[in-house]
Amino acid sequence: MSGFLAVLVVVLIFIVIFQIAKASEYVSILKGEKKAREQSNRINGFLLIAFLVLGLIGVYYCNDLLKGKILGESASVQGEGVDTLIYVTLAITGIVFIITQILLFWFAFKYQEKEGRKAFYFPHNNKLEVIWTVIPAIALTVLVAFGLKHWFQLTSDAPKDAQVVEVTGKQFNWIFRYPGKDGQLGRRDFKDIDPGAGNELGMDWNDPLNKDDFMPTEVHLVVGKPVKFIIGSRDVIHDVGLPHFRMKMDAVPGIPTTLWFTPKYTTKQMKEKTGNPDFTYEISCDQMCGSGHYSMRGVIVVETQEEFDAWAAKQKSTYSLTHADTAAPTGAPKADSTQKVVAAVTK
Amino acid sequence: MSNEATLHSQQEVMHGAHDHHDHEHHHEDSFISKYVFSMDHKMIAKQFLITGIVWAIIGAFFSVLFRLQLGFPDATFPWLESILGHWAKGGRITAEAYYALVTMHGTILVFFVLTAGLSGTFSNLLIPLQVGARDMASPFMNCLSYWFFFLASLVMMASLFVQTGPASGGWTMYPPLSALGDASIGSKIGVDLWLTSMALFVVSQLLGGLNYISTILNMRTKGMAMTKMPLTIWSFFFTAILGVLSFPVLLSGFILLLMDRHAGTSFYLSDIFIAGKALANEGGSAILYQHLFWFLGHPEVYIIILPAMGMVSEVLAVSSRKPIFGYLAMIGSLFAICILAFLVWAHHMFVTGLNPFLGAFFVLLTLLIAVPSAIKVFNWITTIWKGNINFTPASLFSIGFVSTFISGGLTGIWLGNSSIDIHLHDTMFVIAHFHIVMGVSAFFGMFAGIYHWFPKLYGRFMNSTIGYIHFWVTMVGAYLIFWPMHYEGMAGMPRRYYDVSNWASFKQFGGLNEFITIVVILVFAVQLLFVFNFFYSIFKGRKMTTLNPWHATSLEWTTPIHAGHGNWPGEIPEVYRWAYDYSKDGRDFIPQTEPIGPNEEVH
Repeated sequence: MSGFLAVLVVVLIFIVIFQIAKASEYVSILKGEKKAREQSNRINGFLLIAFLVLGLIGVYYCNDLLKGKILGESASVQGEGVDTLIYVTLAITGIVFIITQILLFWFAFKYQEKEGRKAFYFPHNNKLEVIWTVIPAIALTVLVAFGLKHWFQLTSDAPKDAQVVEVTGKQFNWIFRYPGKDGQLGRRDFKDIDPGAGNELGMDWNDPLNKDDFMPTEVHLVVGKPVKFIIGSRDVIHDVGLPHFRMKMDAVPGIPTTLWFTPKYTTKQMKEKTGNPDFTYEISCDQMCGSGHYSMRGVIVVETQEEFDAWAAKQKSTYSLTHADTAAPTGAPKADSTQKVVAAVTK
Repeated sequence: MSNEATLHSQQEVMHGAHDHHDHEHHHEDSFISKYVFSMDHKMIAKQFLITGIVWAIIGAFFSVLFRLQLGFPDATFPWLESILGHWAKGGRITAEAYYALVTMHGTILVFFVLTAGLSGTFSNLLIPLQVGARDMASPFMNCLSYWFFFLASLVMMASLFVQTGPASGGWTMYPPLSALGDASIGSKIGVDLWLTSMALFVVSQLLGGLNYISTILNMRTKGMAMTKMPLTIWSFFFTAILGVLSFPVLLSGFILLLMDRHAGTSFYLSDIFIAGKALANEGGSAILYQHLFWFLGHPEVYIIILPAMGMVSEVLAVSSRKPIFGYLAMIGSLFAICILAFLVWAHHMFVTGLNPFLGAFFVLLTLLIAVPSAIKVFNWITTIWKGNINFTPASLFSIGFVSTFISGGLTGIWLGNSSIDIHLHDTMFVIAHFHIVMGVSAFFGMFAGIYHWFPKLYGRFMNSTIGYIHFWVTMVGAYLIFWPMHYEGMAGMPRRYYDVSNWASFKQFGGLNEFITIVVILVFAVQLLFVFNFFYSIFKGRKMTTLNPWHATSLEWTTPIHAGHGNWPGEIPEVYRWAYDYSKDGRDFIPQTEPIGPNEEVH
């Protein structure tokens, strides 16, 4: 019923607007076309200048309203470069935006049709055209130079001592793998994936490097220490999006990709900085991957070296978890930890 | 003349059984040959336009539906269930339906409305009329072009009604998501229908494009040198070239995708474990598809925007009673955009793992496009400077076009710079950027064209009061919708998210999303007002009483109000000057058909 009423109201509004529009056509015929044209030009000229003024105020107001809701300072060292570039670009494009919009609407208002005004025959002017070819070209050269400088830094090889974390996307969650004590990830093959046996990544258990790899549900990182993500996908294309660190990289099945960055603040520090007790570093999936795309959320915890070490020591290797019966018949947690030590030593 | 010959041979085909074909204007057209399988470019233009309008209503309505979900994720709308059935169980759109709506919205608006509806309509209408030809180089191919588009429309429409729903992997249709039925319900028969429809669409575009190019090159009337053509024709010319060179690449990409789906090939597939088993496919590259797709996909945005640019140039010159400023620079910048359009596709792929060194070239070439774009903007602004502007709905939409083109173009400089793109890629910032620059701007160009050439199409005027309401609500609404959306993107909110309320980083925009949705509904309602105005005016609009209502110089206004097939009853007029002699030597305008005076200076 309410739906029907809503439709009725909309139709009524339509009819009213239409009747007014039709009436105004008759009025303009009665008044004379010339007079109606002058009036409509005056009104629209006024609206154009009003749109410019209110629009610029609106731009300011919108910024005032929303600037607190976008990300603050970059949480990674590399992201600072991105932010600097954003500010430089904002300054340049902002100036161009304001000048061109003012000229456009001001000219439209000022040179609206008036009795007795003659338009100025001005087909071209080489000097002007050269000026506004060269100035944008220079501005863009500056932006390209700045941009590429940062681009090559952002895409450079990760430092040798960077912590390695493997991030694999699947519909619809992320799988993380740490190399364990040996610092090296073991071999895996998608054909060996067997979720029933707890082998989500197809790790090859004959490879000793795999024996100490562990797979936590959250990523833990050390503040101030570079981290390299080795990114892949098990099914369709996903994308590791790290908005706070200003980083992003596709996860493509069959083609491993990487990204690296250095976290600047621990999660705790960010909670204080933002004044938000619920602050969390999140991994968003940024490439359409199916019906659960919007729910593909990962969590990153940045902490101090001590906190990280304590956390890492508590992690059980995937091998020990999936081979509990063969490796440690009793299944006691103690056996697990000895297994881990043995694996690390025999490597 | 070749025009004449083509037309007569056409008549023989059409009226083979008749004994008389003395003159092209005397024959009786049957309903079928006049309104359905018409070979008159003016009728084909109307067919493209009206089909485009129908699609635009559907595509825009889809956006209203998914905006409801984004704006009010917790609310239920029982009426949704009555139109969408189990896709909106309990009055809330399901995630699958949401993604299907988003995908269809993109496909419909990009291809069926802003490609076929925009360049299909106005290239068909204006090319023969403005270059002085009786019809297209091949009226039959032109007719086929529309009917292939119609077939493509039927198949796409059918895909909306299959049980597993239409394609839902995004309008870019990236594999493996689109290649594997197990990956998404929309990737079952929906994608097959989508690919079939798009293949038919490519055929339609090629038939049309080749026709536009050959008509412009070969069938200009006497005196119509290339440098005397209106800028509309130049823009349609470059648009057609872009389409003819890039659509076949898209088609090849689609064929490989179809083979991956059904013939067991591995062009795009490798190392995939899905639905509990590992697939046999190895060695393919999912990224290959993206190269093939964006090789069309990027020129496609210029296919959409160039015709709008051309029409805006024309309307701004006519309504400010001034020649377009820097005519040759305008052609030069169109040409530069056309070339660069082919060299920037990988800027859509900066975060795919693309070699950074290669990426650097794409940054350079992408930002280079800003130079010809800047030239065009400054030239438009200079065109209205010291003019005497009459604010018709068409000229207002043209001014609106320049405004939104600036706003959306400038954010392109952000996204084209790969370092910034890393942060903004696939966020709402991208949505805001391309909706302003190729959605709103292209629509503004199209509206300008419709209001301006409506008298030429139907011999009547559209109601301008509704036109003004249409313009102002759309203009204000477009900025209210898309301007704040940039901020969501700056926060990193990804595009294509069905619901952000579980995200600590993005949920703060709930109120804003609600606001945007309300504006979307208002703007959509005003577009319906436009549609009503359009159809009402076809039958009841104020009648055109003079041949040349806007006092324009170009040739289309020298034809009779209801021109028959062949456009000019007598000889095709000869052309002596360019199309922009406004306010020259103290005269308001000098038509192209008037010979150059003895003491007159040529531009």
